Amino acid sequence: MSSPIPTPPAPWAPRIVAFFCNWCTYTAADLAGVSRMKYASNARVIRLMCSGRVDPQFILDAFRKGADGVLIGGCHPGDCHYVEGNYKMLRRFQLLKRMLHDMGIAEQRLRLEWISAAEGERVKTVINEMTDQIKALGPLGIPGKFEEWDREVTELAHRAGAVSEVTEATAAPAEAVTPIKEEIAHV
Amino acid sequence: MSKPKVAFYWCASCGGCEETVVDLAEDILAVVEKVDIVLWPVAMDFKYKDIEAMPDKSIVATLLNGAIRSSEQEEMAVMLRRKSQYLIAYGSCAHMGGIPGMANQFEREQILKFNYEDAPTVVNEQKVRPQLKFEEDGRHPHLPELRNVVRSLDQVVDVDFYIPGCPPTPNLTKAAIDALLSGKLPPKGSVLAPDSALCEECARKASKPADIAFTEFKRPHQKLLDPEKCFLAQGVVCMGPATRSGCGAQCTGGNMPCTGCFGPTSRVRDQGAKMLSSICSNIAAKDEAGINKVLEGIPDPVGTFYRYGLPTSLLRRKVDLQTSKTN
Repeated sequence: MSSPIPTPPAPWAPRIVAFFCNWCTYTAADLAGVSRMKYASNARVIRLMCSGRVDPQFILDAFRKGADGVLIGGCHPGDCHYVEGNYKMLRRFQLLKRMLHDMGIAEQRLRLEWISAAEGERVKTVINEMTDQIKALGPLGIPGKFEEWDREVTELAHRAGAVSEVTEATAAPAEAVTPIKEEIAHV
Repeated sequence: MSKPKVAFYWCASCGGCEETVVDLAEDILAVVEKVDIVLWPVAMDFKYKDIEAMPDKSIVATLLNGAIRSSEQEEMAVMLRRKSQYLIAYGSCAHMGGIPGMANQFEREQILKFNYEDAPTVVNEQKVRPQLKFEEDGRHPHLPELRNVVRSLDQVVDVDFYIPGCPPTPNLTKAAIDALLSGKLPPKGSVLAPDSALCEECARKASKPADIAFTEFKRPHQKLLDPEKCFLAQGVVCMGPATRSGCGAQCTGGNMPCTGCFGPTSRVRDQGAKMLSSICSNIAAKDEAGINKVLEGIPDPVGTFYRYGLPTSLLRRKVDLQTSKTN
């Protein structure tokens, strides 16, 4: 029997989740678009009303689901449409950066930028820079790590299943163990 | 008719959860009258093989405490799941990984090396490490293996209910046992405690300011704490706003801030991230240097915000750790 021809794995490219505020940075990204500026296609932009709406759970969830970097864009200090939102984000960002470092995630993977609605060019520069930095760091690959960590449990599940088949013919070994629950994040 | 069978089991835990079962005091007599305890290693002598020989689902409920971090604990969790109609994660460790879950910041080799070689109280010149098997008198015993990752119970087997707390309080334990015996059970997956924040039942609630502007953070040993004023108003991190109620606010009643052992309410996925968000948003400073000066008061954010729940947090474990094949 001939072995199947292995398909080459798709080359890795950084995946950046970008949370942009409606009033400044998203508008700037829009400007970059209508100005037909060319920049790296690695950022997936999510529009929020304010950078202050970026719950740290969103950031952790992005990393957990496979993001290699998270970029947050808000209005310049003093320019927030909601007066204080960007300061709230700045304060969370300072501690979150330190906490992510403690959890083994390099600081460059999380970036906060103030980009006003007129600064389309800045969106281009920041996304290009961040893409290059993350290319240099390599993939973060948390979903793959979860899989690797959990292999030690799945192996046991097989063994436990084998034992119960011998001792009790009626036992349904597959039911005994459920895989790690991939719960929907209530964020 | 025979009495319903109940089992208590412990995994990676300190024994405090067992203590809280005993803390039911005279109420435990009523429980013992109504049920047959078939397994309770801390208090009574039973053999695992007797449990193995029981028909599947013949135990009405197993209350299992402790995190899962060894091969033996996994095997027992799997077996008790099979033998029980209801498997209940009892206490913070089974619920969320608990204090042992903090080991998810270290590699297995780091943990073994410190505990068997480097810890100041250890004398082990031959650097003996625990072995998985050995031979004695022609017999070959095998011993449990330490896993790379600490897990909550529901990361290993399916769990029906959770009783939170480090340890759970006797009132919650009693209510849960009553619910089990009467069959009046909430939907599967419920945490058997109120679904509101601790602040709701905290006696200091009235002094919680509507607007807080932190100018510094102090840890409890660095400050003389006002016994009546909200801890947040005193610049002390209290996990109350991000923690489920039901404990009777015993810590804040005893002049210590909440450290979060009941875990989050059902609306929050990641207790630590949510608390970090709330604490940081209310810092007074608006510039990086000023903000970081205030944040110096929180030297260990992971240990502060994920003290009982690192394994069930969104990231679960320090992500750049190596995972090794064997002990």
